[in-house]
Amino acid sequence: MKSTMKSAAVAAVLAMTVAGAQAQNAKVGAVLSVTGPAAFLGDPEHKTLQMLVEQTNAAGGLLGRKLELVSYDDGSEAAKANGFTKRLLEDDKVDVIIGGTTTGATMGMYPMVEKAEMPFMSLGGGVVIVEPVKKWMFKVAHNDRMAAEKVFLDMQKRGLKSLALISETSGFGASGRKETLATAAKYNIDIVADETYGAKDTDVTAQLTKIKGNDKAQALLVFGLGQGPAIVTKNIAQLGVKLPVYQSHGVASEEYIKLSGAAAEGVRLPAAAILAPEQIKDGDPQKKIVVDYVNAHKAATRSEVSTFGGHARDAFMIWVDAVKRAGAFDKAKVRDAIEQTKGFVGTGGVVNMSATDHLGLDISAFKMYEIKNGKWSVLY
Amino acid sequence: MLSQFLQFVFSGVTVGATYALAALGFSIIYNASGVINFAQGEFIMLGGMAAVFLTTAGLPLPLAILIGVLLVGLVGLLVERLAVAPARNAEVVSIIIITIGVSMILRGLVEVTLGKGNHALPHFSGDRPITLGGATILPQSLWVLGVSAVVVAFLAWFFGATRTGKGMLATAYNRLAAQLVGVDTRKVLMLSFVMSAMLGAVGGILIAPIATTSYDAGIMLGLKGFVAATLGGLGSGFGSIFGGLVLGLFEALTAGYVSSAYKDAVPFVLVLIILLVRPQGLFGAKQTDRV
Repeated sequence: MKSTMKSAAVAAVLAMTVAGAQAQNAKVGAVLSVTGPAAFLGDPEHKTLQMLVEQTNAAGGLLGRKLELVSYDDGSEAAKANGFTKRLLEDDKVDVIIGGTTTGATMGMYPMVEKAEMPFMSLGGGVVIVEPVKKWMFKVAHNDRMAAEKVFLDMQKRGLKSLALISETSGFGASGRKETLATAAKYNIDIVADETYGAKDTDVTAQLTKIKGNDKAQALLVFGLGQGPAIVTKNIAQLGVKLPVYQSHGVASEEYIKLSGAAAEGVRLPAAAILAPEQIKDGDPQKKIVVDYVNAHKAATRSEVSTFGGHARDAFMIWVDAVKRAGAFDKAKVRDAIEQTKGFVGTGGVVNMSATDHLGLDISAFKMYEIKNGKWSVLY
Repeated sequence: MLSQFLQFVFSGVTVGATYALAALGFSIIYNASGVINFAQGEFIMLGGMAAVFLTTAGLPLPLAILIGVLLVGLVGLLVERLAVAPARNAEVVSIIIITIGVSMILRGLVEVTLGKGNHALPHFSGDRPITLGGATILPQSLWVLGVSAVVVAFLAWFFGATRTGKGMLATAYNRLAAQLVGVDTRKVLMLSFVMSAMLGAVGGILIAPIATTSYDAGIMLGLKGFVAATLGGLGSGFGSIFGGLVLGLFEALTAGYVSSAYKDAVPFVLVLIILLVRPQGLFGAKQTDRV
């Protein structure tokens, strides 16, 4: 009897301290791949969230409450993301979770998030995150299917009808391959070659030689992330493959041009406006948003901006916007408000969400770029 | 058809030469101590990264390469002194585990200090491919092959004709007997680490223009190098080179004629077969334990 009294008292005190802390700070939880193979995605995401939380607090916080970032690094291991999600939900008692840098981590985290009824902004790229729609999960990164479709549209414009595909065996490449194969028929594009390479391969000339020997191929699409596509690009130049080359949005960073050098000349790819902020037209609503983010990011981190940091920015701002519209941090209300996001201008494009669309971006979010004289040049 | 085959061979030989260099590093340390040094991949990565950062700091390429190789040699020395030597009397397996730890530390240090980005070195003599019988090969690939050949020749001379080299071989055969005839076996272990670190660095620098480098580039190279070394027979210099080239060729031919999806399974299938049929590797000395 005595012991139950005691534990009840302890629980009451604990509840009070938790309640007291909550009144002061709203907590933004994050599980990101800050180290490990996906670090080039997770690192800018983490830095961006840190910067935004500081900015929000400097401007007086959100609904009168200061924000606090609780961020865990899953080391690019999807299995670890799960444990950290549990910690965010049970120990840190956060108000929103941003993360799952990769699709794998996101899908691993979701069952727990759904059970806890927590608004969840995923940064992963896979279509599976929003198809079918999951009640508590939203997505900000462009679908790989949109990238494939943008490439097909560009091919139609140039009168190209058949495509050789070479994709990475990573999660990103495999998903891109699947979507490319699935949507090609809709645009009357024939996939005449379907090769793969490993993310850490140092030479891809064998696969490219096969493609070069394929008379039917009229264009070449590379679907991969990181340094792999740069090696493919260099090998294409080495072999003298004359096909028009497309890359996916996975290489949308300065590093790709730097690593590929002259071989990247003439390569086309779909990517968000943030890739070349100075080339956004003046009347474009994205102009100010993107330029402001790029400048703030440069000042705060002294590093080059990337589309991936932009995704974290969009995720955070959509949540902030929803909290403001809901007028509360109440999770169910915020979730509904996120779902009603309309005309939100982010670095990734204009977001119009609905009960059936938890991404809210259409193909206009992607612009088509070509690399000219070692610089991104926006085509349309 | 022939030009396609030739292209697969060029591709395989280029990749194979890098595996061979990694395998040689494994063999040197294995010879001196019976230890498989799983930080060998990190030595390769360090060489590439050091050269990249020294050239971006403004040093001319040849000087950056020289300093890079020496620096990594120093790292090899430190690794041996600080991590391996204190555990000299431990079981070989314990030391192997220590080298895995060392590899993680080196990787982490580079990640924190030099960042997570990918980097490329300029090609040593231009990146205009050379056309041969309808297939192309990069001048840099010739550098890789040429320097590998020089390194192998040097090692053959070193182990066959110098007092220190013979001392190292003697230690490999029988540590106690070597000690009895006056070989300083502690120095042998130290030297083997410095040598294989420098060898790894040379390899890392040679392939950096083709393959690019980053803090985690050593994992895959180390793994493939280990497979190549096992294939050729751990401890055999010729076996390492042969194992590396065979591995590279098999990968390229599989990607070319079968399917690129199976390419990465090739090394592991090969090693399984070799371990079943000829556990000592193709050119390894047969281990005999006197009972």
